[in-house]
Amino acid sequence: MAANTEDFVIVGAKSSDANEHIAKPALSFWQDAWRRLKLNKLAVVSMWFLIFILGFAIVSNIFVTQNDANSFDSDNVGKYKNLPPKSGLPIPGWNGKIKEPGATESTDPYANSNVKKNYLFGTDTIGRSLGKRVIVGLRISLLVAISATLIDLLIGVSYGVFSGWKGGTIDVVMQRIIEIMSSVPNLIVVTMIGLLLGSGVTSIIIAIALTGWLSMARQVRNMTLSLKERDYVLAAKSLGESSTKIAIKHLIPNMAGTIIVQIMMTVPNAIMFEAVLSAINLGVKPPTASLGSLISDAQSMLQFYPYQILIPSAVLVLISLAFILLGDGLRDAFDPRASED
Amino acid sequence: MSNPILKVENLHVNFNTYAGTVKAIRDVSFDLNEGETLAIVGESGSGKSVTTKTLMGLNAKNASIPDNSRLLFKDKNLLALTEEEWQHVRGNEIAMIFQDPMTSLDPTMKIGHQIAEPLVKHRGISEKEALARALELMKGVGIPDAEEHINDYPHQWSGGMRQRAVIAIALAADPEILIADEPTTALDVTIQAQILNLMKKLQKESNSSIIFITHDLGVVAGMADRVAVMYAGKIVEYGTVDEIFFNPQHPYTWGLLNSMPTTDTEEGSLQAIPGTPPDLLEPPLGDAFAPRNVYALAIDSREEPPFFKVSDTHYAATWLLDERAPKVTPPKQILTRWAHWQELQGQEA
Amino acid sequence: MTEETPKKLVELKDLQLYFNKGKSNEVRAIDHVSFDIYEGEVFGLVGESGSGKTTIGRTILKLYEPTDGTITFDGKDVTKLKGKQLSEFRKNSQMIFQDPQASLNGRMKVRDIIAEGIDVNHLAKSNDERNNRVQELLDLVGLNKDHSSRYPHEFSGGQRQRIGIARALAVDPKFIIADEPISALDVSIQAQVVNLMKELQKKHSLTYLFIAHDLSMVKYISDRIGVMHWGKLLEIGTADAVYNHPLHPYTKSLLSAIPVPDPEVESNRQHIDYDSSIETDGKERTMLEVNPGHFVLATEEEAAAYKLEQQ
Repeated sequence: MAANTEDFVIVGAKSSDANEHIAKPALSFWQDAWRRLKLNKLAVVSMWFLIFILGFAIVSNIFVTQNDANSFDSDNVGKYKNLPPKSGLPIPGWNGKIKEPGATESTDPYANSNVKKNYLFGTDTIGRSLGKRVIVGLRISLLVAISATLIDLLIGVSYGVFSGWKGGTIDVVMQRIIEIMSSVPNLIVVTMIGLLLGSGVTSIIIAIALTGWLSMARQVRNMTLSLKERDYVLAAKSLGESSTKIAIKHLIPNMAGTIIVQIMMTVPNAIMFEAVLSAINLGVKPPTASLGSLISDAQSMLQFYPYQILIPSAVLVLISLAFILLGDGLRDAFDPRASED
Repeated sequence: MSNPILKVENLHVNFNTYAGTVKAIRDVSFDLNEGETLAIVGESGSGKSVTTKTLMGLNAKNASIPDNSRLLFKDKNLLALTEEEWQHVRGNEIAMIFQDPMTSLDPTMKIGHQIAEPLVKHRGISEKEALARALELMKGVGIPDAEEHINDYPHQWSGGMRQRAVIAIALAADPEILIADEPTTALDVTIQAQILNLMKKLQKESNSSIIFITHDLGVVAGMADRVAVMYAGKIVEYGTVDEIFFNPQHPYTWGLLNSMPTTDTEEGSLQAIPGTPPDLLEPPLGDAFAPRNVYALAIDSREEPPFFKVSDTHYAATWLLDERAPKVTPPKQILTRWAHWQELQGQEA
Repeated sequence: MTEETPKKLVELKDLQLYFNKGKSNEVRAIDHVSFDIYEGEVFGLVGESGSGKTTIGRTILKLYEPTDGTITFDGKDVTKLKGKQLSEFRKNSQMIFQDPQASLNGRMKVRDIIAEGIDVNHLAKSNDERNNRVQELLDLVGLNKDHSSRYPHEFSGGQRQRIGIARALAVDPKFIIADEPISALDVSIQAQVVNLMKELQKKHSLTYLFIAHDLSMVKYISDRIGVMHWGKLLEIGTADAVYNHPLHPYTKSLLSAIPVPDPEVESNRQHIDYDSSIETDGKERTMLEVNPGHFVLATEEEAAAYKLEQQ
């Protein structure tokens, strides 16, 4: 020890700056959640996939219009119909060759019918590009997803917060209304609206608007009931903060995790709901394509042209799966129990 | 001197977090003798709870303990145990009483069964015998009309009664070491007094060793035989209860004792320790307490103080005990305590 | 407290708050409680969990509606306040909470937490003024500049409690209800917070209602103490009188249970058990003045007996 006498001089306590120092980097709630989300690789992949799909769907409006996908060359139906997917590469099943119904050998319908164009995803029974139709169907699915989200946020959250915050009789009445509404089967609601407005995307969205927000409202109301007893809400009250401000500043940010996870559950439900409705002809009107109607149209040809059903199905499954996986990751990321490390 | 039943040697515990490594325990060594109560005193974040979790093999997944750390329980290194071997130790040889009786009982299980469970598991006796023993234990921890309440569920009981049940569970398998982690912090003072009395009585009967974790020096004074004061992941002073309360040497111990008002604390004379405990993500160089220490020496910010011997049983890690250090006058309350120590020494001599 | 009669800032008269009134599960959280808090004093309210002390604090701040009785603040009936008078009252009386973890919104930066009262009452004209005010308040409670952009979970318990104090002080209140402000803190930090509160009281001439279950700290900070049990106020007097010459058996039991940091005292300590039948035997009891300024809930005979005991 090379200590000398100067070392043994009383210097006293340090200033409060040094005493109160915090070494951890400043991390907001969102940064913290993002940090944890990143630990879940599947969720991150799903997130980028969904971002890509969403971007693609928006950009696709420029080069694939609704008309593009619906119109067909009525004179050359025979030439263009049921062309298999052709990537231009020698990949089995994706090389433009197919076993025609009844044939024993694979043939190349592109060469046989003298089609110059390569249809990446093949064509349907009347010669429309399946790729284009899937893109349109994807757009409709995403439109439904976004509307469901907005409805969940606007109606579900505000209904839930209002009901929970007011409490008492108002809460009881509002909860009974939710129970009554959720006891009516969705299908009946859609059929009724379909009768009133005719089937189509609008009536699907209205049907979702009527029923899709119920579970969100319930969740939010339960969260509100527990959050409104928190000390920081009481503190805000005793500072004279108005109810609306308390809801916006204190209640909703603190249930953001629950809300986001709930949306991630609503979205795939809504997408599936649309697909099912379209498949049973309660959804979009032909010739408009949706993933559901593409699947149901191709059903009869499943044995001969399986790609016509596989492609839209795969897209539907992938999107739903991505939402579910992302939702799972988000739930873990927002879970307060994990926030200790 | 009785034999140590538990020896902790050079214990280090690190937690790996996204922001870096938190050095929660930084070289802790202590002995626990048979039949004694050792109190570990410290603020939250001092590492006292991590120490107990390590003793129970219950650390979080991101904890890492270097190989030179040793926990010797009857000459067996606990740190080398597999999870299966741990299960034999836990609840059987070392048992724990948790802080919150509300959360440490299973709400869906009858209390009698919860007490009987460790018996069935560790002693291999029948359910019926175990329940009979549970009834005895319930009577032992002072639960009135135990026969009527053996089939109650936890929510039917008050906090104090529940803590008694938790103690009964911990005692069920006759453990040699009982670890009590702030067992009375969640209770009202009058209930606290009852529980502490109960623990003292039970220890006398069973002669088990207790490690008592708390931040409340008042509780320590009544419970402990020996005291270890922890700060920022280290033990800074240890000694017998009289030595710590009447002859404290470390400025942090002074600070702790001064922070508690007594009947005769005059207005304005309560002396708090300034500042906040250091962040163990970046433990300060030298003496971790130096930034908050009004008696800090220049060397404190550079070099860690070793343990200086005060007596055979009493050690303190502060440079103030070095012969080159200037004599400092501790706060008034500590001087009063020192004066009392002189009296006690005089009586003995 | 004996010089020219000080002004009564808060007056509670026969305050009652019953939950589920008239039903079989009726709970008398506050059961006919009356006391006054004088301007500039610290009134300590002591009791165990479930004694109703927290409920009283919240009722005074209009967070709960009393079943019956009146609360007067600065001469005005609190229960009838509306509009401008209400916001004036909100500014004048503030609260410090028990759990520093739960009382701060984890989604907000410390700056915005502290400035909440400033924003609500439009006390700052510009953003600069707001930031400066937050800076002053952080200084006042001993925190650093760079703390204002951090989130509550990064702080230790003591630091969080100081943030809570800064938030309460932001609106320049006259009266602060401190609801167990130290019971969730470590002993060493408790002293820090209590000293800070004392210092602030002097600087800003505040009046405190200090609610706690720890009698030794309450004795240290309070001028007068009230002891509560099961919704009733059992004893009220100066801190010294209640602490050194307790009258009610419950107070005695409570005092005998406080652990003292002294092994010799501790080894001789006898905890006095409390026989609660004195509250449940159905006799009519009122607050009687046994010694000047020292009241106890008792019958005439009991009061006489208490008085005799004292000599």
